[in-house]
Amino acid sequence: MAGKRKIRILVAKPGLDGHDRGAKIIARGFRDAGFEVIYTGLHQSPEQIVEAAIQEDVDVIGLSSLAGAHNHLFREVLRLLKEKGAEDIPVFGGGIIPDEDIPKLKADGILEIFTPGTKVEDVVKWVEENIHPRG
Amino acid sequence: MNPKEWAEKIIEGDVRAASRLMRDIDDRMPWVSDVMKELYPHTGRAYIIGVTGSPGVGKSTLVDSLIEVFRKKGHSIGVVVIDPTSPFTGGAILGDRIRMQRHSTDSGVFIRSLATRGSMGGLSRSTSDILRVMDAMGKDIILLETVGVGQDEVDVVNTAHTSMIIMIPGLGDDIQAIKAGILEIGDIFVINKCEREGAERMEREIMMMLELGAKRKDGWVPKIVKTEAIKGKGIKELVEAIEEHRTFREDPEHKRKFLQKALRIELLNNLKDQISNRVLEVIGHEEGLTQAVNEIIDGKKDLYTKSEEILKQLLC
Repeated sequence: MAGKRKIRILVAKPGLDGHDRGAKIIARGFRDAGFEVIYTGLHQSPEQIVEAAIQEDVDVIGLSSLAGAHNHLFREVLRLLKEKGAEDIPVFGGGIIPDEDIPKLKADGILEIFTPGTKVEDVVKWVEENIHPRG
Repeated sequence: MNPKEWAEKIIEGDVRAASRLMRDIDDRMPWVSDVMKELYPHTGRAYIIGVTGSPGVGKSTLVDSLIEVFRKKGHSIGVVVIDPTSPFTGGAILGDRIRMQRHSTDSGVFIRSLATRGSMGGLSRSTSDILRVMDAMGKDIILLETVGVGQDEVDVVNTAHTSMIIMIPGLGDDIQAIKAGILEIGDIFVINKCEREGAERMEREIMMMLELGAKRKDGWVPKIVKTEAIKGKGIKELVEAIEEHRTFREDPEHKRKFLQKALRIELLNNLKDQISNRVLEVIGHEEGLTQAVNEIIDGKKDLYTKSEEILKQLLC
C-alpha cells in the first residue's frame, strides 16, 4: 500500500551502565505495537546515539539509564541533536531516575520520563499518543 | 524543498536529506519518484557487495570488519542492513547496527537499517532505491546485508555486484551443499567461525559441489575463503577475493548482462506497484477492495470474473 508511515524509534543505552534487560523488554513491546525499533546495544556514547538517530531517520529516541548518569547523558544527547540541526527529534527517557531530577530534565527538553514499575503498554500508549511521524 | 534542491543536498552528501528520502522511499510516499529522477543520473558508480547467509553465521560482524578494511583504503562506505518484519504485528527489531556501532561516528560511514515489510526474497522492496541514494551521495562501496536467510532468498544476486554467502561449520550434512537455491548464487563462499571443527571438511564439500555442478554461464569460478570475523582473521584474503571478482565484473559485457537482468526485474516491479496503486484508486481503496472481496465470498462473482471487471474499469 502506498504512502503509509510506520513509527521508527531508536532505543539506546547511553554510558557505562550494563543492564539492558529493561531496554530489551521495551524494544520488544514497541515491536509488538507495530513500530520499527532500532536497537543499538550497550555502552553508547551520546555521539553514537545522535548519529544513529539521524542516519536511521527515527521519529523519537528512547534512552534507558539505570546507573545514575542520566542528568549528564540525556542532556548531552539533546545538545548534540541541536548541534546537528536535528532538535526536531524528540527524546524520552526511562530507568532509575530520582523524582527530583524529573522536572529539571523535562524543563531542559526531555519529553517524558518513565520510572520503574511503568507498564510496557503505558509507554507504548504514550508513544502512540505523542509521537507523530512527519507528513 | 523541491525535488531538485532535495537531490542536490543528497549529492553534496547531506546525511539528513538522504536519510529522510530513504524513509520516504520505505514508506512509499508519492513524491519519491520525482527526487529519484533527479538522482538517477548521479548513480551507477558505487560497488555493491551483498552479504547473505543463515541467522547467526556472523554476517554483521563480517560487515563490521569489512568496513574497517575499506575505510583504511580510503573508501567511503554505505551499509544497508535488513532484518525481518513481524508478520503478525508489522513491527520489527533492527539490531544489526549493534555490531557496527563503532563506525557510526565516522563521517565516511552511513549505516541504514531496514525491515523487510513483507518482502520474501531477503531484501525489502525499497532496497534498490535506498542503495541508489547512497550511490548518489558518493559512497564508493555499499555493503548490503540481507535478512538471515534460509535456502531460497536469492534477490541479493540481482542487486549486488558481488554476492557472498556466509556459512559456518557444523550445520547440516553434505546433502545441504548440493541442494538448489542459495548455494548456486555465491560469487564468494565464506566459511566463518573457521576455528570450529569441521571447517576443512566444509571447504572440501563446497569445492566438490562447485566442481560437480554445471559451470557458471559467466565463467566465474566461485572463491572459498575461511574467516574468523570476530578476530579479523581471513579478512585480508576475503577483500582480495572481492577485488578479484570486481575486476571480473567490471568487464563491459558482464556489466551489461547484470544490468539487463537487474533492471528488467526492477522495471517489472515498478510497473506492478504503479498498476496496483491505480487499481486501488479505481475501485476505491480499502473500502472498494473489501467490497470486491465480499462479492466473491458471497458467491455473487467468481474471482476471475471480478479481476477482469476491475481491469476493464482501469483501462476505460
